[in-house]
Amino acid sequence: MAEYAPLDLPADPKLTANITHFARALRKAGLPAGPGRVVDAIRAVQAAGFTGKRDFYWTLHACFVNRPEHRAVFAQIFRLYWRDPRFLEHMMAALLPAVRGVQEDRAAKPAEKRAAEALLDGVERDLPDQPEPDTEGTGIEIDASLTMSAEERLRALDFEQMSTDEIAQAKRMLARLQLPVKPIPSRRAAPSLTGHRIDWRRTLRGSMRQGGELHDIALRRPRPRWPNLVALCDISGSMSQYSRVILHFLHAVSNARGAGWARVHAFTFGTRLTNITRHLAQRDVDAALAAAGAEAQDWEGGTRIGACLHAFNRDWSRRVMGQGAVVLLITDGLDRDDPDMLSREMERLHLSARRLIWVNPLLRWEGFAPRARGIAAMLPHVDSFRAGHSVATLEDLAAMISRTDDAGEKARLLATL
Amino acid sequence: MQIPNSIDAVQEMLGAQGYVCGRALGTVVYLSLTLGRPLFLEGEAGVGKTEIAKALAAGLNRRLIRLQCYEGLDASSAVYEWNFPAQMVAIRTAEAGGGADRDALQRELFGPDYLIERPLLQAMRPDDRGAPVLLIDELDRTDEPFEAFLLEALSDFQVTIPELGTIAAPEPPVVIVTSNRTREVHDALKRRCLYHWVDYPDFDREMAILHARAPEAAAALSREVVAFVQQLRTEDLFKKPGVAETIDWAKCLLALDAIDLSPEVIADTLGAILKYQDDIARLQGSEAARLLDQARASLEPA
Repeated sequence: MAEYAPLDLPADPKLTANITHFARALRKAGLPAGPGRVVDAIRAVQAAGFTGKRDFYWTLHACFVNRPEHRAVFAQIFRLYWRDPRFLEHMMAALLPAVRGVQEDRAAKPAEKRAAEALLDGVERDLPDQPEPDTEGTGIEIDASLTMSAEERLRALDFEQMSTDEIAQAKRMLARLQLPVKPIPSRRAAPSLTGHRIDWRRTLRGSMRQGGELHDIALRRPRPRWPNLVALCDISGSMSQYSRVILHFLHAVSNARGAGWARVHAFTFGTRLTNITRHLAQRDVDAALAAAGAEAQDWEGGTRIGACLHAFNRDWSRRVMGQGAVVLLITDGLDRDDPDMLSREMERLHLSARRLIWVNPLLRWEGFAPRARGIAAMLPHVDSFRAGHSVATLEDLAAMISRTDDAGEKARLLATL
Repeated sequence: MQIPNSIDAVQEMLGAQGYVCGRALGTVVYLSLTLGRPLFLEGEAGVGKTEIAKALAAGLNRRLIRLQCYEGLDASSAVYEWNFPAQMVAIRTAEAGGGADRDALQRELFGPDYLIERPLLQAMRPDDRGAPVLLIDELDRTDEPFEAFLLEALSDFQVTIPELGTIAAPEPPVVIVTSNRTREVHDALKRRCLYHWVDYPDFDREMAILHARAPEAAAALSREVVAFVQQLRTEDLFKKPGVAETIDWAKCLLALDAIDLSPEVIADTLGAILKYQDDIARLQGSEAARLLDQARASLEPA
């Protein structure tokens, strides 16, 4: 890692080593750069020669990139590795674990951070240790960590208390997590051996092949379809740490093709409502979240849940819930607006949704009671009320999401009202 | 009738059918007719998207073919179906007659005699009066596979039947696609069409529409009705009343022999303009009187 060869690379051995290292960095950043490709790349570079940086870039690009979403990562790693050694120092600084609440404001380009992490992984960093997380009110979880394996511990750990490394690990765990959902019957029919409706079209065509003899009756049955998911995610100040992780999770869900969910619509709200569905469709997660963040102007601001739900009900509800969508409402419910309005908008949302599931990170507190006015106004109108502050709770959510009888903690909390 | 040769002619032709049409809508209709491109109309319910197809068909003296979309609509209900019972009878008859020529039977069974044409196929057929007007209504209610299926029909104006081959329209039909936006329609389909968002009409146009549709309403009542509905649309309602509701309401008031609006009459007939309980509840009590006052105030200078 110590050498950053300029572009007039020396002959073979060094070049081979460099390309191999480069490929390892790509692999760490998530590109499928296997040994076969390294061999290809070395051959390709030898064949193409070093007439210019541009050629060199595109030669390697041709060998290592085969999906559009990998282009940004490749570009960043190429830049770091081959062009500008000093840039690494800059990235080292960017990787300093940020003290919570004092996020560094330098706008990292999409994939930049991942590229730097891939390159710097394992490098001795001359940096102070991560400051101890704020332990107020979380004694139980910290104690429990002594008896659990690392992954188990991470599962139960509150997102808010995770270090940057732990957050990264949690994000990886969440990216693997799916929201399995039961299909619902549609009005479209598909051929089936065990259906209960006769498919005359196929039956007659089959009989024609037999010269008009009717041997088999072809059957059809309703083809299942998957419901849509609509996620409304609170990004106000009190939720910021959770909403970042949960948006990561939503990105994974909306890009998991074939894992259920016909469509995933995502909205963020704080003081106003923002539709980020299109951004989540970007394949690279960093680019997607950066675009979503740029679009939502109200990150870490205040919360006006009632007004935002009103905007959603008026402008979007009929457009995204027309075909019966499951709604995930991710918020802590701390709202200073008029509770009557909030209650009315929640009722409207509930009426238009197939199922309304409230995910609330505050539920982590032992003895949480819905004393806040906003929570009391919202609670009667949800189908299910679940915690969402750790990997484990989101896993529970995934397991329960297609159960129509699951009410989570709703009954217990309603009793305390 | 030939297609109109100017935007004014389009407006005139639609106006003769009782469809009062703004300049913007007239322009896209004219373009759609001259370029032979489908017209994609989006807008709130009750602003006259479906009506325009009916007015066009009547104005051009063409046949109107309507394909009402619903979830689960598939090719067999939209394009064609074979008449299976008749085919079965034909097979049995041929068997009973004995020694049927298998090839001849097959040709006959999958020939035009046994073909049931559904709207899309009908629209591809030649017509003495000229290509028909094809209304694909509420496209947003279908599922995405059907939308994809429409791409061929709308860009090449042809449909394929395995047993008969590809049937292309000799003259492209006039296609009107409507959507209420209960979901987004795919860009690929929108790209093949001319797009227009049909908005609520302004006061004068709505007056003209009401006059065309409910001519028996007295001018004074019409003015109050339209002013009130226009005022209502500025309120924050879950479902704003469309033009269809205005016409309905005027007819309701006529049936009740009302000569002008009062808060009591409004309260009795609110169901004709507002279709959600939340909205109706909002207009209880003094709210209706306040809106009526505002509506009358807006009429004052005129």
